[in-house]
Amino acid sequence: MELRELTALELGRVIRRGQVSIVEATQTALDAVAARDGALNAFITVTGERALERAEQLQAGVKNAQSPLYGVPMALKDNLCTRGVKTSCASKILGDFAPPYDAMAVERLAQAGAVSLGKLNMDEFAMGSTSETSFYGPVRNPWDLNRAPGGSSGGAAAAVAAGLGWYAIGSDTGGSIRQPASFCGVTGIKPTYGTVSRYGLIAYASSLDQIGPLCRDAADCAAVLDVLMGHDPHDATSLPGLHDDWSGSGPRVDYGRLLAGLTGDIRGMRIGLPADCFGDGLDGEVRAAVLSAAEVLKGRGAEIVELSFPVLEYAVPAYYIIACAEASSNLSRFDGVKYGWRAEEYDGLTDLYCKTRTQGFGAEVKRRILLGTFVLSSGYYDAYYKKALQAKAVIKAAFDGAFQQCDLLLTPVAPTTAPRLGASLSDPLKMYLSDIYTVSVNLAGLPALSMPCGFDTNRLPIGAQLIGPHFGEGAILNAAHAFQLETDWHKRTPKGGEQA
Amino acid sequence: MTWETVIGLETHVELATKTKIFCGCTTQFGGAPNTHCCPVCTGMPGTLPVLNRRVLEFAVKAGLALNCSITRYGKFDRKNYFYPDLPKAYQISQLYLPIARDGAVPIRTKAGEKTVRIHELHMEEDAGKLMHDPWIDQTRADYNRCGVPLIEIVTEPDFRTADEVIAYLEQLKETLQYLGVSDCKMQEGSLRCDVNLSVRPLGSSELGTRTEMKNLSSFKAIARAIDYEARRQVECIEEGGRVIQETRRWDENKDASYAMRSKEDSQDYRYFPEPDIPPIELSEEYLDGLRAGLPELAQAKRERYQADYGLPEYDCRMITSDRALAAFFEELVALGVPPKQGANWIMGEVLGALSARGLEPRDMRLTAPTLARIIALVSEGKLNRNTAVKVFEAVFDSDGDVDAYVKEHGLEQVNDDGLVREICAKVLRANPQSVADYKGGKDKAFGFLVGQVMRELKGKANPQAVNATLNQLLKG
Repeated sequence: MELRELTALELGRVIRRGQVSIVEATQTALDAVAARDGALNAFITVTGERALERAEQLQAGVKNAQSPLYGVPMALKDNLCTRGVKTSCASKILGDFAPPYDAMAVERLAQAGAVSLGKLNMDEFAMGSTSETSFYGPVRNPWDLNRAPGGSSGGAAAAVAAGLGWYAIGSDTGGSIRQPASFCGVTGIKPTYGTVSRYGLIAYASSLDQIGPLCRDAADCAAVLDVLMGHDPHDATSLPGLHDDWSGSGPRVDYGRLLAGLTGDIRGMRIGLPADCFGDGLDGEVRAAVLSAAEVLKGRGAEIVELSFPVLEYAVPAYYIIACAEASSNLSRFDGVKYGWRAEEYDGLTDLYCKTRTQGFGAEVKRRILLGTFVLSSGYYDAYYKKALQAKAVIKAAFDGAFQQCDLLLTPVAPTTAPRLGASLSDPLKMYLSDIYTVSVNLAGLPALSMPCGFDTNRLPIGAQLIGPHFGEGAILNAAHAFQLETDWHKRTPKGGEQA
Repeated sequence: MTWETVIGLETHVELATKTKIFCGCTTQFGGAPNTHCCPVCTGMPGTLPVLNRRVLEFAVKAGLALNCSITRYGKFDRKNYFYPDLPKAYQISQLYLPIARDGAVPIRTKAGEKTVRIHELHMEEDAGKLMHDPWIDQTRADYNRCGVPLIEIVTEPDFRTADEVIAYLEQLKETLQYLGVSDCKMQEGSLRCDVNLSVRPLGSSELGTRTEMKNLSSFKAIARAIDYEARRQVECIEEGGRVIQETRRWDENKDASYAMRSKEDSQDYRYFPEPDIPPIELSEEYLDGLRAGLPELAQAKRERYQADYGLPEYDCRMITSDRALAAFFEELVALGVPPKQGANWIMGEVLGALSARGLEPRDMRLTAPTLARIIALVSEGKLNRNTAVKVFEAVFDSDGDVDAYVKEHGLEQVNDDGLVREICAKVLRANPQSVADYKGGKDKAFGFLVGQVMRELKGKANPQAVNATLNQLLKG
């Protein structure tokens, strides 16, 4: 049995049947990391020994496994707090910071029997669309080592695509799960805002951040979301009454809610194609692949609805104003006083702040802090921040309108496939504009998934995005599952880094 | 020219919730540095604030008691600034939609009555404390106070004198203590006050340039600082100068204030709505519930005591100066103690015993039924007033059993007329000089004779009976 070809659910099944030990699965993943990550740079920290110890402990309890993902090795984006394990946000400024607590998502995964292989590379503080702004060097796309894997969860997408673990946990503020999933040919979902606790996710933009999985297919995404979703009293924006209310102690047995909904039956489901998402600026091959995905869904009984989404142009500016404003405040705590890295030489308090932050943050993070500080400044608040909030409300209303006409929206994830390394950083504005199809989803707090739907002539994966109304994860995952029953794009695996 | 002083106050009050505003840490004052902390109140990366519902409840109660209108849809905002005592580098506060607005507080001074308008009341978190150690030239941070809940109460510029300011603060303190939302201990920093002050020619309706004064740690300091600052501003203008809008720090030791920073260096706090805390929506039922649960406040009690019990105003003020004391008084009355007698015991013995021990009324162990029993024994003639005071002292600390004590120590009043007569006669025989003095017009000698009789009877005699008997025998 070639373990690396299994999905997370398939691996979980053979582990529970005793056909494979958890240690064996963990060792297989660690071997893959050792072999390929030198080239890919998907990990910042590999916790091999911890993982093997954990695997042995879990093996002892395999007979009582509740979760279908029990014992399956995975990895975490490095902005999720892990008790006693370095959590860097890919920034110099956090130094060797090891949090005193686990993020709620991490606790939930541990409760479900996950084995963590380590912490994944990303854009610094999740700010970027290519995973090149990391202090620990750029992540490389396993489909073409000269290309970016997308970002900010680039390490997560590259790791899952290359078989360095069976799934990964990322975060999505403006497309940071979906766009790298698309560029690396994996399936990733950003759930409804408030369904997964943000407690322990180092904030970029609090009102937009949401944790979610990157996986081999939609079924794995459903299984991981079943673990992650639920109310958390530590997060006031976490929504009550969804899924279970497990909050960190006691047993938890209900792991099958979304999974049970994956019937593949999408007859009568109305899939909306917003014309505005297929206009200028969209690569022809991407357009063709996404439209052919619509045909596949139609072939399984879905109804295709053409509609318009005329507010798309507001999304990028509104997103960058709100995200940067919140980031400028969220990142103020990194000042060299309490933890993390501190400038070596300074003269007094102001100089300590100044030098630590000037030297500790990378260029893209500083750009966004400055932008955010500017838009919140006295005299500019109304012109920028307040307007952006109004635009956000308009976008929300436009989605509400769209979901009167259809059940899900189908759009591209990004205007192009993965860019060459270094091509994006020189033109940040262009990079921001490439987020056009993903950021509006975060502004509206909606769930959305990215799934592989083809390849371009450069043999790079193309992704299609399914967007649902609030709490529409079930419908999204079922549509993606139906699509993956008909296609095998998600089963293709890249070779990048294998010979390295 | 005659000048008028115009003052507005910003008062920070620590709320008496058991836990902090956004986490479960204790709010207890003191503690070894950084022991009342957790990842949330120290602003560790990834942590999130969750509003303590009691803080909201206390703030709404305070707003209602200060006659404010309560904001039905409120929010928190972030106030951003860098300082090592603020670990998140922003304070969670309320700017755009404070919990309460437009209140009114009636005050009374020697000059008469007036109403001070409340501009707003908002919730926020306290910061930590920095301690500079000059010996090693290092500053250390203690985050125990981080996240202790505060309300900030901002008045309109309605004060004209320090007297009015003090009257307002006393009224505020009394109200908040009655509500049970704060202990208002200035010495522990649970009530802190900044004074905004400007001067203008009397009769002018325009406001002058104001200064803000900080570090005022007692009512006395506030009064002195106001007088100092008003004089400083007047002198400045009369000398042809111009008042600069600035923040000044009061130095209690030097009895003077010093400029800390001018408006030009004032920070841009870049307020924006706190995204980690959902908006607060209050239902009418919620507000009705809190309104119904508001305790009777001191002013209402004073009016009721005067009307229903006929107590003098002075007594009413003394008794209502503390909520626990007023509750004690009401319990005495409910147990059948005549109100004036109850008031006398409270103003005399109870307050005396408390102050001798440095206790607050709420810390008193003596219960109302125990004191009521003592008072009853006096009215029944079983104890005389002086012995009763001794019994009171004996049972005060442990709330002891009055009847058992009286019996054990044989303190019951001697009402045996024959015995009293016998002892009086004996005392007169033993003190012929005093008898002669008395008959010679020295009234003081009578007191001495009474004292001798009381001594013989171990203080248990009814003083009126002793007086009457001695009089009779001396005249006879």
